[in-house]
Amino acid sequence: MVTLNNITKTYNKGALKAVDNVSFTVEKGELFGLIGPDGAGKSSIFRMLTTLLLPDGGTATVDGHDIVKDYKQIRSSVGYMPGRFSLYQDLSIEENLHFFATVFNTTVEENYHLIEDIYVQIAPFKKRRAGKLSGGMKQKLALCCALIHKPTVLFLDEPTTGVDPVSRKEFWEMLKRLKQQGITILVSTPYMDEASLCDRIALMQNGRVLSIDTPQGIIAGYPSSLYAVKATDMPRLIHVLPTYEPPFNSYIFGEYIHIDMRVMDDQPPIENLTHFLTNAGFEDIEVVSITPTIEDCFIKMLTK
Amino acid sequence: MRTIRFLLQKEFRQIFRNKAILALIMVMPIIQLIILPLAADYEIKNINLSVVDHDHSPYSRHLISTITASGYFRLQGYHSSMREAYDLIEQDKSDLALEIPSGFERNLIRQQVDKQQLFIAVNAINGTKAGLGGAYLSSIIRDYNQHIRMEWITPARIQPIPTIEVVPSNRFNPLLKYQFFMVPGILAILLTMVGGFLSALNIVKEKEIGTIEQINVTPIKKHHFILGKLIPFWVLGNVVFTLGLLVSWLIYGIFPQGNILAMYGFIWVFLLAVLGFGLLISTYTDTQQQAMFIMFFFMMIFILMGGLFTSIDSMPAWAKVVSRLNPVSYLVEVMRMIILKGSGWSDILPHLGTMLGFAAALNGWAIWNYRKTS
Repeated sequence: MVTLNNITKTYNKGALKAVDNVSFTVEKGELFGLIGPDGAGKSSIFRMLTTLLLPDGGTATVDGHDIVKDYKQIRSSVGYMPGRFSLYQDLSIEENLHFFATVFNTTVEENYHLIEDIYVQIAPFKKRRAGKLSGGMKQKLALCCALIHKPTVLFLDEPTTGVDPVSRKEFWEMLKRLKQQGITILVSTPYMDEASLCDRIALMQNGRVLSIDTPQGIIAGYPSSLYAVKATDMPRLIHVLPTYEPPFNSYIFGEYIHIDMRVMDDQPPIENLTHFLTNAGFEDIEVVSITPTIEDCFIKMLTK
Repeated sequence: MRTIRFLLQKEFRQIFRNKAILALIMVMPIIQLIILPLAADYEIKNINLSVVDHDHSPYSRHLISTITASGYFRLQGYHSSMREAYDLIEQDKSDLALEIPSGFERNLIRQQVDKQQLFIAVNAINGTKAGLGGAYLSSIIRDYNQHIRMEWITPARIQPIPTIEVVPSNRFNPLLKYQFFMVPGILAILLTMVGGFLSALNIVKEKEIGTIEQINVTPIKKHHFILGKLIPFWVLGNVVFTLGLLVSWLIYGIFPQGNILAMYGFIWVFLLAVLGFGLLISTYTDTQQQAMFIMFFFMMIFILMGGLFTSIDSMPAWAKVVSRLNPVSYLVEVMRMIILKGSGWSDILPHLGTMLGFAAALNGWAIWNYRKTS
């Protein structure tokens, strides 16, 4: 459905490599996530795939159309929701939706079934100007406008950035339902916890793809063991842990400190670590073996 | 066609929702046309005159009363020395100082010495005021001189002095009313502002808030989008112009003497050119602030080199060339031709041709650059 072959994009006359030799394929009907921090190159990839930006190297196709040569076909068959709210703020919900339907040579009625679930939530405010809506409602309206022409591929650039946790959850449920309608969805997000909601994800950093797999696959591919540690006097714990022999990588993760045991010959790790911390004068020591999250995998890839 | 119709519907909706802009478009021409021509007066009045009269004779007093009676001068006072008068000029209390030497009357009348000298010092900080004030004063003194000659020299009946008398007749503006000159000019500027500023800012606004991205991923054709932007402001320009014409007719009694259709014909092409200019600026800028400043830069040049306040014919050669590249100069000229002179189609044909060239070049450039960047 969407394929990228060695796509490269540079800014400032080549000084800044925003997208560096990226290749991946998204299957039809898949919910594919581009996960990475700000500046990883997610938006640039989206802008190239939606024909807003020309790549400096490589080729890509969307729904079988080349992104450079067949940009016209792509524009009438994809839906794009930019990271920034970019509908007409001085037009009402209804007028915006109508406008975008017309622009795509269709009507709201024709594809109403696609947006019905989402639209009913904002329908009570349909006379309100888009600029006066709350963040969550703006997202819903933007999604409706991106869907109104029944796109085959939907590009959502950081749709949940700046949206409250409840609306975020709702938003992902809407995406799941859209997926069931057979729409291929590419979504980017800086939130690692949203990654597990995708069918497959590409972890990105500095314009490069670090890994592409299902969320389960990425977690299963975690090369070492991960432990969570907690004790009294956490600030001191952060300084004491790096003195442990053999050395390991540790970082704060919520209320725990995660420890990535690279060396497997230190057995049994939990007992040894508990012993080490007791000797160092800590109390209420808690050391448990845990399954890594996507974020752990991401951190692991960055420290490699 | 359907797309254009919907784009237009959207644009007009947005324009009519922006109450501030709408009010400005409607009120600006009316207010500016009522206020500006009354204030922007070319005639110089109330020139402050200081007199240093060393003579104190009936003739010197007569000369001074002739000067003050002209209505252009306001007598600031009599001073005993030129130094005092200079001080007043320095303090900006006086614009002109006139020195009458002692023995003025005696030398002039009784001894009939060939020449008598009067001295005039002018404060030239305000160039126009100084120039005109000096000229008025000289002309009053010349008349006075003539008067004295008539009185004292042998009657003309016996020895007629051949003189050339010039009787000017002011064609097209018999009373030399400056409003007749200013009003069409101000109308031309208003039209340029509405067309240029609004179109440029509107498109840049779409860039700034990102809606243009959303539009760009739709199958809307570029020329549809551009037409959707140009047509509303073209219509608004016509509304503003018509309003302006009505105001100048009702308030100043200025009604186009020439072919109104020719005038509208020219306005239509002119608006196209100005809208194209606005579009061009919008393709080179990313924010409304940038667009605003660039537009102001050009607006200043357009206004000051458009023949509105100063005559293009008296500009240096290079400035004449620049003003020929200024679409506003053609509009100001055509407006004055049709409104005052009563010109018709055939008279404005060269202007119309040039303006068509401007419209084609500016819009073509804008579209070319718009394509390139996106």
